[in-house]
Amino acid sequence: MSAELLPDMTLTLLLLIMAWGALYAPQRSDAMALFIAFGVVVALIWARLDAPDLALAEAAIGAGLTGVLLMHAARALPDELHRSNRTATYWGALAFAVVASLMFLAHLLTDDSLLNAGLLDTDSDVTPSLRVLADANVADSGVSHPVTAVLLNFRAWDTLLELLVLLFALSGLRQLFPRESAPDDHATSRWPESLALMSAWARVLAPLLVVTGGYLLWRGSSAPGGAFQAGSLLAAAAVMLRLTGLLPALRWSSVWLRLSVVAGALFFLSVAAATAIWGDGWLTYPAAASGLLIVSIEIFATLSIAITLSLLVIGEWEDLRS
Amino acid sequence: MSDAGIALSTVAVSTVAFYTGWLCLLAASAFFVTAALGLLRFPDLYSRLHAVTKTDTLGLGLLALGLTLLDPSWRTALILLLVWLLVMASGAVNCQLLARYNLEQDEQDEEDDQHVR
Repeated sequence: MSAELLPDMTLTLLLLIMAWGALYAPQRSDAMALFIAFGVVVALIWARLDAPDLALAEAAIGAGLTGVLLMHAARALPDELHRSNRTATYWGALAFAVVASLMFLAHLLTDDSLLNAGLLDTDSDVTPSLRVLADANVADSGVSHPVTAVLLNFRAWDTLLELLVLLFALSGLRQLFPRESAPDDHATSRWPESLALMSAWARVLAPLLVVTGGYLLWRGSSAPGGAFQAGSLLAAAAVMLRLTGLLPALRWSSVWLRLSVVAGALFFLSVAAATAIWGDGWLTYPAAASGLLIVSIEIFATLSIAITLSLLVIGEWEDLRS
Repeated sequence: MSDAGIALSTVAVSTVAFYTGWLCLLAASAFFVTAALGLLRFPDLYSRLHAVTKTDTLGLGLLALGLTLLDPSWRTALILLLVWLLVMASGAVNCQLLARYNLEQDEQDEEDDQHVR
């Protein structure tokens, strides 16, 4: 028991309340707002667990971008889709929450493996074995931050697949938009009076976002940060500028745009192939060049992630077949 | 001034900073509670926005000031100042956007009503 238990318990309770609200709020808009708040609480919890990389990514993507996507989708949906038997779902949710909490408590009381693994008591010396392994090898990885070393060297395969998942998500979304649905003009039409204020603020905020994104990307090799966090900040800047009409439409017909979308995965795959053909095997970087390779991969990945995430929100869905 | 005097005054200054810092933190949390109450209890959008933005701005300012006093370094102070300025500016802009949008909607509704009559 320590004084730190109080904020931790508060955060946990908040998380449960937000999750319940996001699932069972009677209004869809309330549910979405609570989901965004849920993402913020998750980010805070990651920060409390000493995982600032995850906290940054969760705040930017989980809370920020997913929230925008949800609101975007909700505007296209009719209201009556969101009708549920309120009392029944409340009781079901309450029963679920009570049973789950009791089971968790029972598990904590009977099984002390969590305590033994050093997951609950931050003062103990016991660190998870994977962390010991990562810390021991970080010197050979080409970067000094263990999380980046894991993501882009020891487990680079996972990150490559993540980039491909993002690519598939974008192409899936493109299939969902039928040809005749004219891309509604995101800019200018929606907020005529307040647009001046919004675009003035966007002009201030966008450079700050670009600087912070570049900083996170650059810092990623030695401290928390990296391609996903930087990419989502750049995407946020692009979305904001596009919504206020300051940025021209991102046209799918542009070769440069499509090239930027695949640049990260393409460069990553080329590195993988090159190391397989001339090197020691798939994604086993030569020790001398690993730092440079990791930073290059991160730069291309940031570009792809930024463009892909922006396209998910503000893409112009032109049909290129004609 | 003698060495002992300097040491004594440093202690005094740090003690004052400590208590002032905690006072600021307490005042900040009082402001946040007030903002939450206002958000819940006020009848319409404008007064709710007023409650949230005003107290939020001051509350966050006091929070930043309190934390700086508890951990006095130029780096912390500068970062917290930047955070405060950014949150304050975006809060002000968001408040204006919400209020103006609501105002436009209200005027639109009134016009529609007049057309019906």
